Amino acid sequence: MKTSVIVFPGSNCDRDVAVSLEQSLGTAPDMVWHGMTDMPSSDLIVLPGGFSYGDYLRCGAMAAHSPIMRDVVKMARDGVPVLGICNGFQILTETGLLPGVLIRNNSLHFICRDVSLRVERNDTLFANRYEMREVIKVPIAHHDGNYFADDDTLARVEGEGRVAFRYCGAEGQIDDQSNPNGSLNNIAGVYNDTGRILGLMPHPERLSDPALGGIDGKGMFESLLQTVH
Amino acid sequence: MTEAAIDIEKETGSAITPELVAEHGLTTDEYDRLLEIIGREPSVTELGIFSVMWSEHCSYKSSRFWLKKLPTTGPQVICGPGENAGVVDLGDGDAAIFKMESHNHPSYIEPYQGAATGVGGIMRDVFTMGARPIANMNALRFGSPDHPKTRHLVSGVVAGIGGYGNCIGVPTVGGETNFDARYNGNILVNAMCVGLAKTDNIFYSAAKGVGLPVVYVGSKTGRDGIHGATMASAEFDDDTDEKRPTVQVGDPFTEKLLVEACLELMATDMIIAIQDMGAAGLTSSSVEMADKGGVGFNLDLDKVPQREANMTAYEMMLSESQERMLMVLRPGTEQAAEEIFRKWDLDFAIVGETTDSGRLIVSHSSEGGVVADLPVAKLADSAPVYERPWVKTTPPETLDPKDVKTPDSLLGALAQMMGSPHLCSRRWIWEQYDHMVMADTVARPGGDAAMVRVHGTNKGLAISCDVTPRYTQADPYEGGKQAVTECWRNLTATGAKPLAITDCLNFGNPERPEIMGQFVGAIEGMAEAISALDFPVVSGNVSLYNETQGEAIPPTPAIGGIGLIDDVAKRANIALTGSGDRLIVIGANKGHLGQSIYLDVIAEDAKGAPPRVNLADEIKAGNMVRSLIHAGKVRAVHDVSDGGLLVAIAEMALAGGTGAHLNVYEGDLPAHAFWFGEDQGRYVLAVPMQNVDSILDQARALALPALKVGRTGGDKLSIEESGGIALSELREAHEGWLPNYMEIS
Amino acid sequence: MKARIKVTLKTGVLDPQGKAIKNALGALGFEGVEDVRQGKFIEVELDQSDPEAAKTEVDRMCRDLLANMVIEDYDFEIEAA
Repeated sequence: MKTSVIVFPGSNCDRDVAVSLEQSLGTAPDMVWHGMTDMPSSDLIVLPGGFSYGDYLRCGAMAAHSPIMRDVVKMARDGVPVLGICNGFQILTETGLLPGVLIRNNSLHFICRDVSLRVERNDTLFANRYEMREVIKVPIAHHDGNYFADDDTLARVEGEGRVAFRYCGAEGQIDDQSNPNGSLNNIAGVYNDTGRILGLMPHPERLSDPALGGIDGKGMFESLLQTVH
Repeated sequence: MTEAAIDIEKETGSAITPELVAEHGLTTDEYDRLLEIIGREPSVTELGIFSVMWSEHCSYKSSRFWLKKLPTTGPQVICGPGENAGVVDLGDGDAAIFKMESHNHPSYIEPYQGAATGVGGIMRDVFTMGARPIANMNALRFGSPDHPKTRHLVSGVVAGIGGYGNCIGVPTVGGETNFDARYNGNILVNAMCVGLAKTDNIFYSAAKGVGLPVVYVGSKTGRDGIHGATMASAEFDDDTDEKRPTVQVGDPFTEKLLVEACLELMATDMIIAIQDMGAAGLTSSSVEMADKGGVGFNLDLDKVPQREANMTAYEMMLSESQERMLMVLRPGTEQAAEEIFRKWDLDFAIVGETTDSGRLIVSHSSEGGVVADLPVAKLADSAPVYERPWVKTTPPETLDPKDVKTPDSLLGALAQMMGSPHLCSRRWIWEQYDHMVMADTVARPGGDAAMVRVHGTNKGLAISCDVTPRYTQADPYEGGKQAVTECWRNLTATGAKPLAITDCLNFGNPERPEIMGQFVGAIEGMAEAISALDFPVVSGNVSLYNETQGEAIPPTPAIGGIGLIDDVAKRANIALTGSGDRLIVIGANKGHLGQSIYLDVIAEDAKGAPPRVNLADEIKAGNMVRSLIHAGKVRAVHDVSDGGLLVAIAEMALAGGTGAHLNVYEGDLPAHAFWFGEDQGRYVLAVPMQNVDSILDQARALALPALKVGRTGGDKLSIEESGGIALSELREAHEGWLPNYMEIS
Repeated sequence: MKARIKVTLKTGVLDPQGKAIKNALGALGFEGVEDVRQGKFIEVELDQSDPEAAKTEVDRMCRDLLANMVIEDYDFEIEAA
């Protein structure tokens, strides 16, 4: 399986996700510099976390216009699976591949901590290793992870079952207390209409190794192994 | 001040008045020395260059004499003080490069940018030497929570540290924070960075060789921070607010690009020497590189990338614009090097060359050619060294624990202490720092020491920052000794073998003999501990004049230490888990309450001598605990420090969500002295039943006190028959204070 | 010429920063602050002498990059050099 990780100026989780991909999938990904114009052939494209372009102007706004993104968008529209983590999620919303937008956390602070996520779908290539409604522990680390969409968009996202994960309590309850950043409906990740593009704020690559305190994130990479070829 | 200087230069060519000399922070004697060195009146640019090179910040003129007393060598040391950062051998060809530095004054004036640029500066010191930064820490001291500025300063400093470190993608893995009214007018922001390099690919600043290109890379130069270095060495007065424009603005995005570009270049063999442009920017970087290489530098300021129009030589030489580096390259590599920096969208300019003249010759065409022509060696080495007069601090009498107020209840006192600004959880701070990026943080903030894995291996690097200003204030000697020892102990408690330290020595005005006496005392205490513990200083920084209107900060020699463990799986943490383990205290319990948190919070007093460190016992206890950890004999370990034994156990219980049932103390001390005394050299161990006897035997054989104090289990902390306190209640007190304090607007 | 561009949040989009500013103003004793919305102000220097062409170009800049049309509106004026 051939994977590509896009490296933008200011990406800083590119190495972390490459390590997780290699551990779960057995092969190291291609690290693709944003300034290239042609994507290598890929079975999976990952947009990593970080602060592309320093998060200046708006998180992800400038990366969405990087030269490589023209090809990435085209391949995504042709059905190549795309995973955007944190800043990668922000970039995907800026390109319009995913609905909604990530605005400043309602606390106005950067937040780095483990959160509980409820798996909302397990029939996708990213989440088939999880149980439906399973509660998993995955860290967040962001300043702008507050998911927002207008009423119509939100209704469509919910109506089409495109919510991937929600922030939840230890027992899976969805409430304000377990919402770390003010996201609408506690949304932590969303799919596009085909379920082949996933954007999420939490970092599965950070809890994919027992030495780091957990392996709940690993399921996402192992799911991909099962379904992408 | 700057404007005036430029005008004089423009209008009259040169007119060095006594006022101008004084404004540049030079004394009459120092100016005479300058005249003697150059044999003529300096240009204003030259005066500026001398003033920054001879500032306290760059020349260490008040501290250098005493700093020499600190041990700096050992088989583990690859490079000690004098370079951008210290280098320590980690085995297998790996090296740790680390340093701590202050950014106190700028952070007080503009907390966000001051703290952010402090983090940026210390990271540059580390990657300049060829290391990828892998962990940041910080040691913060704020004024009293009641002081009107404190909340604003905490908020800005924390956001600034996070804003910079998070963006770069280097985890901020911990640190320490104190609140004390004596920092009301002078907060301390000490930032530490640890990087990882290969022992055969370390870069130094000596520009050896003549006719080599001198290259400027990074951001453009603006009028940022002009006179920052002299400001950092001046006492605050009522005009402090007017100094605002000199604060630099950080650009972490550019620094991230600079890290990647430099590391990419360092993977080649194009670099001969490299140095970051920190305080005193182009001046100190070029002088230091030329001096260490035994060469001269010709600099052409027309070539310097400039952000603002009409900058003068004076401004360019003194600018403290951030995210810039100076390099000397192998001839013929310029183009290949430039391509790397262009790829990362960074400026790259050849601004001069090395010469055999031994002089720093600076030219700027719009100012008529040569604007400075100075002898490099004299600039670097002839700064005055002062042996300032000092008086020894008289330590207070030891406080008899029987003279200290008894609490209404031990557990009530515990809750009050755990919920006080001294001991409350710092979660509100460290959750604003990305402490997990790079996916190697195996021990997150909140324990004894943080630990990051050496990437791609199982080795772990433990990191801790420590000093107890209450102790150093009462007795600088014992306090200095304790700071080094506590750092050693915190690293040991994770199972790591302590390797070396960096220090950040924050003091008041050294021209006052009592302050100089604190400095001398702290250095001597530190030196004793360093030498006994084989824990050398490999880098550091001194920050003096931390006082406002004659009120000095407590002497604050912050110690940042690193230690190594060969397998992170063997490390210990502080969390109690499961039930039925026995809690054993290693080390003597003497009920020392002088300068303790108990005394402050419960008795609302601050007196007595601080606890003394017995270094021989310390080593025995530490080595035993470390070997128990490696042998897998203990389930959890925590050192006993601020707040004493009961606080240590409470922290362990909260960390693991498991309670403890403690025995009633039946010895000769008052019970509150036993539970809250801050005697040094102690650890609490959680020991599975089957290992208890062998551990007690081992301690006996070493003549180390070891006492069973309770067992783990349940969801409360109780001392027999006292009912107990629910962990949830304790947690609320412990976690509540800081967010409640900060969220009130 | 110079373009002065204002990017503001659309009505109805949550503005946590504006809310915080409003609270802070209240805490400082400014009464009667009913709402605060914060946005961005961007100046762009253009090498362009035709105001109509400049307008077209700036409008495209706003749509393509400077504003996120999902949550933001923009407005600008062109000023001759």
